[in-house]
Amino acid sequence: MSGVTLTIDGKSVAAEKGQTLLKAAEGAGIYIPRLCAYKDLLPHGSCRVCSVRVNGRIQAACVQTVTDGAIVENETAELQEYRRNIIDLLFVEGNHFCMYCEKSGHCELQALAYRFGITAPRYQLLYPKRDIDMSHPDVYLDHNRCILCGRCVRASQDLDHKNVFQFIERGCRKRLQVNGEALAATDLQVTDEAVASCPVGALMRKRVGYSVPVGERPYDNIPIGRDIETAGEE
Amino acid sequence: MSTTAKTRKYTILPVTRVEGHGKVTIHMNEEGEVEQARLHIIEFRGFERFILGRPYWEVPVIVQRLCGICPVSHHLASAKAMDRIVGGERLTPTAEKVRRLMHHGQMFQSHALHFFHLSSPDFLFGTDGTASSAFGAPVAQRNVLAVAGKYPQLAVQGVMMRRYGQEIIRATAGKKIHGTGAIPGGVNKNLSLAERDALLKEVEQMLEWSRGALAIARDFTMDHLVELLPFGSFDSNHLSLVREADGALDLYDGVLRAVDKDGRKIVVDVNCQRYLDVVSEEVRSWSYMKFPFIKELGPANGWYRVGPLARMNTCSFIPTPEAESARKEFLDLTKGRPNNVTMCYHWARMIELLHSIESIRELLTDPDLQGTDLLASGPRREEAVGVVEAPRGTLFHHYRVNRNDEVTMCNLIVSTTNNNEPMNRAVTKVAKDYFTGRTAIPEGLLNHIEVAIRAYDPCLSCATHAVGGMPLIVELCDASGDVVDRRVRN
Repeated sequence: MSGVTLTIDGKSVAAEKGQTLLKAAEGAGIYIPRLCAYKDLLPHGSCRVCSVRVNGRIQAACVQTVTDGAIVENETAELQEYRRNIIDLLFVEGNHFCMYCEKSGHCELQALAYRFGITAPRYQLLYPKRDIDMSHPDVYLDHNRCILCGRCVRASQDLDHKNVFQFIERGCRKRLQVNGEALAATDLQVTDEAVASCPVGALMRKRVGYSVPVGERPYDNIPIGRDIETAGEE
Repeated sequence: MSTTAKTRKYTILPVTRVEGHGKVTIHMNEEGEVEQARLHIIEFRGFERFILGRPYWEVPVIVQRLCGICPVSHHLASAKAMDRIVGGERLTPTAEKVRRLMHHGQMFQSHALHFFHLSSPDFLFGTDGTASSAFGAPVAQRNVLAVAGKYPQLAVQGVMMRRYGQEIIRATAGKKIHGTGAIPGGVNKNLSLAERDALLKEVEQMLEWSRGALAIARDFTMDHLVELLPFGSFDSNHLSLVREADGALDLYDGVLRAVDKDGRKIVVDVNCQRYLDVVSEEVRSWSYMKFPFIKELGPANGWYRVGPLARMNTCSFIPTPEAESARKEFLDLTKGRPNNVTMCYHWARMIELLHSIESIRELLTDPDLQGTDLLASGPRREEAVGVVEAPRGTLFHHYRVNRNDEVTMCNLIVSTTNNNEPMNRAVTKVAKDYFTGRTAIPEGLLNHIEVAIRAYDPCLSCATHAVGGMPLIVELCDASGDVVDRRVRN
């Protein structure tokens, strides 16, 4: 595969043709924040946390492929502010009570908030009335914490080869729906990649909450994205 | 409620350096005599409702947010209930000892806070700024900063003791406030050797300061007996947990025991799972807080005290030597019979402070704390009760959990609720003794009401009101509820 060269925040980065900007940056040890992107799932481009400027235009780095000579801006004050706003909005449109959530310290949304220095919401909390589906013997779905990233929808289809989840409605009414009466009526299993893919505390394995002590959880001491940056330093 | 058209009502709102938002009304008749005084709890708690439908393992982490000073009590009471839900109530030795250490850490920090930060200003300054009278300190001196100014060593000790207790909580629960250490069936961490050694380094100093604090409480009481013995005092029943095997003081686990004012056992070592056979609650229209009572005796005679004073009266002995010796000296005051003196709560509290630090010292050298077997489990249950002795008294948590792991019922009887009737009685007693015949409310007398409440319970609003002026709204109302006079002081 032929290579291309681009610059990200002034740093020259070699990438493979067809690679996404997100992956190319990652290969060069540059962290672009993201939420809906997950491992090898196809790009989705829904959360927009990975927004970058490519030759002056704002693009989602997870879906935008590299081009030779592209000038990419990542860590500018303007973009960081846009991203911060997106994260802020995700918090206020759900019911995210980090103080007692069992995902705390493991949660990518919370970890991003810490990385961006968000300690309190800037917008009015909406406190939507949402349900919790406890019907499944091993997994529960708490819609209060769902950020509609679509990871579980795609992981179930593309990695688990099932079809447990879908989105219904549009705009501010959009929500995650299980394809069945309730979670228990689906063929979801606790070992499914869909369960592991949830970045927040929405789709959770039952009866294991809080088993990792505070101080030893993945994001207690290491900010999200540091692993990518560290790999780039080596 | 008053029966005469010219009855006046004084309202003290908010009551400062007392948990949450309380209001006191003093109802006076046309002769200027106090007819009744009431402590109104005007906050709605709501936890019983909003945890419904939540996964049971979340409960110990959620419900501890009832309080910022004694969250560990709620954390452990609910965890004990959830232990039974998962069939893991027989904890591993490591889990049980880590939890006990956590609980003593919290007892230590909470009692230190209660005594040094919140109550000591009442003791240390008399009306003239000296300790020559019991607790009529000028308002400017009734805060911890004034203590720091005049008795800097004491203030430092208070702060350092609270910090030490919180360090124990951090080492066992992960955080100083609202940690996650206790999980259904056990704990999520043991105590590392480094954590143990850091805590051991300071334990002797803490023990020494605790002895000093106990001496202050004891000497203050003995030096002001004439004022203190009748202050807000009355005979009552007393209830607490005691150790099942021998009736020893046990703050973490045990059976329910109650004694009457003369020391006769009226609840004889009942299993906590049967608490509803023992305790019932009465609702009164003017307060969100219920009035618990011992079922067999009914609401009129069955109400009881909980907390340090009650525990001194119910337990057969304290299983640590220095605290047991202090308890014997404490009971000498009432010639071995139960102590019913409201202001003796502080003395009893400092005996428990000493007991906790003695227990902490003992636990820290126990190798079980470094064990790695942290969790137990067994056959599932759908209903369970967890009870602990919180710093301010017996704390009941009762839950039902369905097969989907959802909480379907929750009932909490917190320490303050258990002490509801006694606090009302204490306020009434003080009002009758000090307010009768008065047409205005002098500053010193307002403080007397608060001193009586603080003997039982002084928590949360301390954080905002203890420093600086004591905001008070005083309303004088006639029998029809109209405000005829109002004073506001910030």
